[in-house]
Amino acid sequence: MAIASKSANYRKVKNSLAKWIITLGGISVLFTLVLIFMYLLYVIKPIFESAKVDVIAKFVINEEYKVLATGVDELKEVAYSITKQGKINFYQLVDGDGHKAGDKILSQQLVADGESLTQLINVGQKQKLLIDSAGNVQLIVPSFTANFTSGKRVIIPNILYPLGKEYLPIDENNAAITKLSFAMDDEKAIFVAFTEDNRLIKTTLLAEDDFNYDTAYEVQYQEIDYEAKQVNDILVSSGLSMAFIRQNDQVAVFSLDYEPELKATIIPQLAQNKSTPNHITTMALLSGGSSILLGDDNGSVSQWFEVATDEGREFKEIRRFKVSDNEPVTAIYTEQYRKSFYTETPSGEMGMFYTTSEADLWRGNLHQGNAQTLSIAPRADGLVVFSNNELAIFSVKNEHPEVTWQALWQEVWYESYPEPEFIWQSTSGSDDFEAKFSLVPISFGTIKAASYAMMFAVPIALTAAIYTAYFMTPGMRRKVKPTIEMMEALPTVILGFLAGLWLAPIIENYLPAICLLLVFIPSSVFITAFSWHKLPRKYKTLIPETWAPIILIPAILLASYAAFALSPVLELHLFGGDVRQYITNDLGISFDQRNALVVGIAMGFAVIPTIFSMAEDAIFSVPRHLTSGSLALGATQWQTLIKVVLLTASPGIFSAVMMGLGRAVGETMIVLMATGNTPILDWSIFQGMRTLAANIAVEMPESEVGSSHYRILFLAAFVLFVFTFVVNTLAEFVRQRLREKYSSL
Amino acid sequence: MNNWFKSGSPWVWLSAGGVSISLISVLGLLGLIAWRGLSYFWPADIYQFEMTDEQGKNLTVIGEIYERESIPASQLVHLNLNIDESAETIERLLIKTGNRELVSLDFRWILVPQINNTSLPTDLVVIERRTNGNFYGFIEEVILDGRVVAQNEMLQLVERVSDFQAEMEELQKSDIGAINYQIERTRLKERKHILDDTLTAQLQQEFKDKVVGLKADYSVLEDQLMALREKISRDQIVVRAMDGQKVTINFEDVLQVTFNNKLNVFEKLKMFFSQIGAFVSEDPREANTEGGVFPAIFGTVLMVLLMTVIVSPLGVVAAIYLHEYAGNNALTKLLRIAVINLAGVPSIVYGVFGLGFFVYMVGGSLDDLFYAETLPSPTFGTPGVMWSALTLAILTLPVVIVSTEEGLSRIPSAMRHGSLALGATKAETLWRIILPIASPAIMTGIILAIARAAGEVAPLMLVGVVKMAPNLPLDGNFPFLHLDRKFMHLGFHIYDVGFQSPNVEAARPLVYATALLLVSIIVALNITAVSIRNRLREKYRMLDQ
Repeated sequence: MAIASKSANYRKVKNSLAKWIITLGGISVLFTLVLIFMYLLYVIKPIFESAKVDVIAKFVINEEYKVLATGVDELKEVAYSITKQGKINFYQLVDGDGHKAGDKILSQQLVADGESLTQLINVGQKQKLLIDSAGNVQLIVPSFTANFTSGKRVIIPNILYPLGKEYLPIDENNAAITKLSFAMDDEKAIFVAFTEDNRLIKTTLLAEDDFNYDTAYEVQYQEIDYEAKQVNDILVSSGLSMAFIRQNDQVAVFSLDYEPELKATIIPQLAQNKSTPNHITTMALLSGGSSILLGDDNGSVSQWFEVATDEGREFKEIRRFKVSDNEPVTAIYTEQYRKSFYTETPSGEMGMFYTTSEADLWRGNLHQGNAQTLSIAPRADGLVVFSNNELAIFSVKNEHPEVTWQALWQEVWYESYPEPEFIWQSTSGSDDFEAKFSLVPISFGTIKAASYAMMFAVPIALTAAIYTAYFMTPGMRRKVKPTIEMMEALPTVILGFLAGLWLAPIIENYLPAICLLLVFIPSSVFITAFSWHKLPRKYKTLIPETWAPIILIPAILLASYAAFALSPVLELHLFGGDVRQYITNDLGISFDQRNALVVGIAMGFAVIPTIFSMAEDAIFSVPRHLTSGSLALGATQWQTLIKVVLLTASPGIFSAVMMGLGRAVGETMIVLMATGNTPILDWSIFQGMRTLAANIAVEMPESEVGSSHYRILFLAAFVLFVFTFVVNTLAEFVRQRLREKYSSL
Repeated sequence: MNNWFKSGSPWVWLSAGGVSISLISVLGLLGLIAWRGLSYFWPADIYQFEMTDEQGKNLTVIGEIYERESIPASQLVHLNLNIDESAETIERLLIKTGNRELVSLDFRWILVPQINNTSLPTDLVVIERRTNGNFYGFIEEVILDGRVVAQNEMLQLVERVSDFQAEMEELQKSDIGAINYQIERTRLKERKHILDDTLTAQLQQEFKDKVVGLKADYSVLEDQLMALREKISRDQIVVRAMDGQKVTINFEDVLQVTFNNKLNVFEKLKMFFSQIGAFVSEDPREANTEGGVFPAIFGTVLMVLLMTVIVSPLGVVAAIYLHEYAGNNALTKLLRIAVINLAGVPSIVYGVFGLGFFVYMVGGSLDDLFYAETLPSPTFGTPGVMWSALTLAILTLPVVIVSTEEGLSRIPSAMRHGSLALGATKAETLWRIILPIASPAIMTGIILAIARAAGEVAPLMLVGVVKMAPNLPLDGNFPFLHLDRKFMHLGFHIYDVGFQSPNVEAARPLVYATALLLVSIIVALNITAVSIRNRLREKYRMLDQ
């Protein structure tokens, strides 16, 4: 008895254990789906978060003299300040290496004894132009090297002189410089300056070799034709192509490539209707060097760049940011590599914006009153603010400013484009490239590819399903149905390969034949049908009507052969011998070899079995007594089919088409191989497209993990996921309803 | 006529047309792939064309006819050809002329009207080489060790060289490869000790000695390899190309020398099968555009097997839950929707998920925990065969579930009731009665899943497939199965060779052959699965009666 109960217990435990394991296994399916959904969301979420600015550290630093500039190293471990006295002081920001946070670790004199700094001009984030009280100009870069000793990282600061330690020759006449700006690359450095005697000058230092290795140079002086008593700002674009000179509310743009020539004069539209008209207060160069930002005392910032118009290239106001309601914009700070900028108003209110996406990322106060100095960390992940003897370091979490809903789905005016457009262009060779992340062209491409595929697939699949389910003899149906369904098993990579390398050249060479097929195939079917109808009865019994699909195969093949044989003749007589040229030249439609027609046919083939199989099931399972009733009442086969069978099965057919659509939308390999993958917005049947799925396949392996591009590709995957989820769930729901209906009939 | 239309008969015929078109396309597609794929292996005739070109120059073109097409004559008018003006179309031939070292393109179009004479010289030879593709020409001299020998010794020489090549490959791949692998592992062990702070002077010395020993072995093997290389580099063939130019080909480059025009049907058939054999068993050459596809077959099979191991238990358990345990409630409905959706989600989405979740998140954490010594180069934090198998396991999960559930639903409930009535618990009924009966259905599901996985490419492009894997994921070095390695795949091979290779024209026949291989595997799997299922249905129908 004891043994028996023991074994019974054991069996009971085993039974319930099995139950739990199996339940767990079952639930895990649901869990997987939810996991995919949640993970995609988790990756996408950061791109829609707004920026965050948090204080990391604050130190009271008693500088004896006014601080002209501050900065920080890439890892935000060492900061520096440059004082009016001409001293640069480096401060440790984190504990370590014998230094405590806040310790001064290095101090160096930048000007000659007895001199002090009169001006310090920040160029980009690293380079500083120093003008001392004797009028000498020098270029310095505070730099940091990371040293690994005994496994610990130590940041060692030092000063670099990219153009040598010698004073730089700016003005031939040695007049004092009131305003100065500069930009350089490997080969030359261009200075644009305004002197005390009201001349605007351009000085070029040509490297003898390469400024990266050797600071030796040759000087060229030039005077720019420009009348002014004073100028407010001078900026030289980082590509050394343009100089912007602001005098009150006017900005003159000079081309620097050869002779400095006046390119344009920008006169911004300012609100004049207020009692006190508005004025430009500040100007800054956006990263990339082709846009300028103008801040005014009405509290707004406008972006300008050169646009090709009918009258040639001209500067246009592209967009405007409302920074403050009542305060003027006193300063604009731009990031080095991205199109982000910070604004400041007299009350110390700051804002963070991104031009391309028109994103208003963050507002806040980092200090009381105007900052004495403010600089952006090299990796744009921090800010250094010095005010009231306090050095404050902020971390900035703003990794995806270029992505907003608007930038993804609306027209955006990108730099140097003539007008706002939908563009997908995620990468480029250059660093200061403006990424164009519009999902519109690739979503459009997805819809285009799917529509052409459905146009091809739905008629064939549905007619085949109707015939197979309703008219075919059971014996033939048992063979035909698996054969067509076999197509579903064909790897899409093979369909894509055939489409791209076999079908596309055929379509290109025999385009008239493809058009002829549209007429020839149906007519061949009708002719065969009519001939069969007229056939003497004794032959009819020999080849019964139920053999129609087999009888039609040679007929269709013959019609296709005729179409292809006629194609060159037609091409010669109607299209001057070359259809492709005719389409491009005479019709003005551009023709890609791998176009929507190819994709439509290839992807159509991939979708046919899906639609066929489900639609056939739906039609086949229409209860027999319905059709029998209809036929008994005198309706013909065809009438019964149209009025009874198809009507009853229509929800099933609908769900079959939906499933097919879901498959067409997500198909990757066929589109990847059978189109040129160009993201364009054009319905033309002779042009390609790029779909969401193909775009992911092309770009995902190259995208940097965690970058905006990476996350946007995840967003594309998420869009696909949600779309197919809705379509499939809807189709399944409809099918479920239909099944219940059938069982109740 | 009117009555005929009223009867609806034309429309019936039209719908029959849909069936016909579907059948034509399925069978035509399979036929096309089969024809093109098989003709790749058939030894082609080598033609010699004497022709006159546009400038009136006479020249000889030697090569295989690759393709022929007719083009409207009007397209060629601008070429000022002295051809028959009345012809509407002109036939032209694409000739594979090989000899890549002599001409930049190994293909050329020739116009049929320009050909004066076509012949099939029997002494024309095709030399298949390791680099630069095929050479077509006439053999002038065979040089062995610097002296000219009789031409009939050549075939033995080719065999001798291929033996040496095999020996060298063995040395290079298994022996030298193993030593390199050992050296790398020793380095990693040492680094791990450094990271754990457990490296003692004694250990350090041990590692050092080991590496020194391995390096000594290495240099011995290297000397052997050099000696072999030396041996085969002395023999040469001098060949005359179509323009009369003489070319010297080193024997070490030669894979096969055939006189295609001399072969009779049986010899051709023999060569056809040996070519197929070489195709499935050899490594690819020339950036995958020549040679075999063995690593791709191996990679596909291994990945699919790993996937099967993962997906089968999960799919079967889920199906059992859905059919045997789940009540008729909201959760079950949700589960069914989940299954339908898992089947409907585009495969590329799985790839994205696999890359982000498995590779970067799970793989990255695994690296941090267990493979810190190899960082920053990732071990599991990079696409590999394991992640591919896992990703495809999720992708094919619904296939197994649906098929298994269908099998379960066909088992008459009397069998369950009988078992339960005899006192068996539910688990026992499942294990002893239901599962054995349902096993063919489970088999069907697994086969269908394998077929689906073997043909899937898009997700694999993100989670582990590469164009050229230096090592197979399974080799003689401990731990033998390297789940972190990247692998080659037949489907991706088709995409890569057909679309990414520099010489698509030359590679196309190989792509057709690969496509044929893949299609045959998948069609065979599907037919097996369907026939198992059909037999099962018949069996249950009998049980029911």
